[in-house]
Amino acid sequence: MMATLRLRRPSAWHLVLIPLTFILMVPLIWMLITSLETEAETRQFPPVLLPASPQWTNYPDALAAAPFVRFMANSAVVAIIVVVANLVLCSVAGYAFARLKFLGRGALFGVLMATLMVPFQVTMIPEFLIVKWFGTHVWDQLGIDHLGALVMPNLATAFGIFLLRQFFLTIPVELEEAARIDGTSRLGVLFKIVLPLSLPAMATLAALTFLDSWNSFLWPLIVINTESNMTLPLGLTTFQGSHDTKWELLMAGNVFSLLPMLLVFFAAQRYFVRSVAATGLKG
Amino acid sequence: MAEVEYRNVTKRYPNGVVALDDFNLTVADGEFVILVGPSGCGKSTALRLLAGLDKPTSGDIRVGGTAVTKQGPGERDIAMVFQNYALYPHMSVYKNLAYGLRQRKTPKAEIDRRVREIGDILGIIELLDRKPAQLSGGQRQRVAMGRALVREPQAFLLDEPLSNLDAKLRGQVRAELKRIHQRLGITSIYVTHDQVEAMTLADRICVMNQGEIQQLGSPQEIYDRPANSFVAGFMGSPAMNLVPATISAGQVLLGGHALRPAPEGHPDVVVGIRPECLEIAPEGQPGIQVTVDFHEPLGSHALVHCLVGDESVGVTEHSRDGIVVQAGPDVSPAPGQRLTLTAEPRHIYLFDAGTGIALAEDQRERVIASRAETTQ
Repeated sequence: MMATLRLRRPSAWHLVLIPLTFILMVPLIWMLITSLETEAETRQFPPVLLPASPQWTNYPDALAAAPFVRFMANSAVVAIIVVVANLVLCSVAGYAFARLKFLGRGALFGVLMATLMVPFQVTMIPEFLIVKWFGTHVWDQLGIDHLGALVMPNLATAFGIFLLRQFFLTIPVELEEAARIDGTSRLGVLFKIVLPLSLPAMATLAALTFLDSWNSFLWPLIVINTESNMTLPLGLTTFQGSHDTKWELLMAGNVFSLLPMLLVFFAAQRYFVRSVAATGLKG
Repeated sequence: MAEVEYRNVTKRYPNGVVALDDFNLTVADGEFVILVGPSGCGKSTALRLLAGLDKPTSGDIRVGGTAVTKQGPGERDIAMVFQNYALYPHMSVYKNLAYGLRQRKTPKAEIDRRVREIGDILGIIELLDRKPAQLSGGQRQRVAMGRALVREPQAFLLDEPLSNLDAKLRGQVRAELKRIHQRLGITSIYVTHDQVEAMTLADRICVMNQGEIQQLGSPQEIYDRPANSFVAGFMGSPAMNLVPATISAGQVLLGGHALRPAPEGHPDVVVGIRPECLEIAPEGQPGIQVTVDFHEPLGSHALVHCLVGDESVGVTEHSRDGIVVQAGPDVSPAPGQRLTLTAEPRHIYLFDAGTGIALAEDQRERVIASRAETTQ
């Protein structure tokens, strides 16, 4: 009786959603299984679904095989700087596009949106040259092979500006006008009124930016050569030789790199659905 | 508290719409002025310009003798109540009230004293810890007023503050507003399209249309002596009957009845008579001939909607003008019934059909005089 009360009534959707969920889970489950197998088991076909004796030592072995703590620290530093910079810069820019009237606002926003349609492969080389120029001329001979090169191109994103602008537009303009009459500056309105009401959008942006930065592979692959500057996705390639891949250690490393993302996701999850903006209005 | 002055203020939007056209208005210190008019008449624009939320295209705005036109909204020491209240949803009532004072770096103890004082005046002291989402419409309205009043501003602006309340609450809050204004005496400018609010609250009413002032005066003046047919039709409930009349042999004719001598130099006139000034005459008496269209009983009285004239005076069915009579509750004429209406000459207004300007001002003076006699 209790169980039927607590469970949602089964609907036809479940027939679609449950198999879909399972399909999405398969790679993750397989990763977990492989990370506990012996090297021989990873090469068998058909694949071994239950390892004879779980190889827990794969985890310490993977950690010992490469400076994973260093990779993780690098990934974390880059991700945190990028997230904070995006929250600050995208909110300021998004607010300007949403509320300030300036010459060419529409055209500029159009150009910004158009950049979303340009694939990374197109801008990759010019981006490399620009970042390298900064590395040699502005930051004192740092070159390109450093964490700054991972951070710089991602400090603000067109997507982030767009996301926050759209959210800011939904906040009633009277709230901002009331605050201005109450003696708040434009920037004060943004930080004291608009941003506290934009927590859902800010959390969404933070989570997406974090995931993006954490998983980023191609750009770090291009700019980073030194092992001590590598991020996790790059570091994991250590197990992928040209002739031989240590699958069990690679998968153990993957599990390791997945944990922070799961934490971010669970922390920000409630903001994805909740919106608090319109509650102070009307009767 | 201070005097507020608009000098030749014009506001033209980039799309060419002129929201305010050479607007001049002086609101005395402590006065309660209501800007009233239909949507888009420029009343809200006038308020926003004073608050500093918009900049005038030309002209000057002064508060307490100082030009504020170039100042930002925060520097003007003016408070505003918005139609949707615009309470900060993420702050408690206390913080909402204290926000403006904190922005102005008022000492904490002083903020606390003032918030509690205004909370006491408005009866919201027990709500201070709540968030706006936990308040009823009437409570939010009071918090919004409190947030404006707590700063003790030079002027208090209200933009249709009652329009989101239900009819019963609106009446209560209206009375409360009047009491608060009497107690605090803050210069207030209030925008509404509701002429009942305008009549009951204002020291002076400013009737606006299409960016221009139609008439400025005390509520009674506006009711008794409308400057033109727009003001006459807008102020008063039910609205004044405005019916095009024919002129024949030097007389203004309505429904086959000669109402009064025609004014010189105005070939087309509109007759204005308030529903409450019309009476249903006994049969056979001379008067305006009408046919009953339908009838609305309202308990204390009834409104009889009629069509002017009948076939006998050469008016065709489709071109007949409507006229409303306020009658006693026991009157219930059947549709199609013929009635004769009369009104005292002093209650009959004439307007030029082209310009809408009130004619025969001498007549209106008589109304005022007779009112003065009856009150003495």
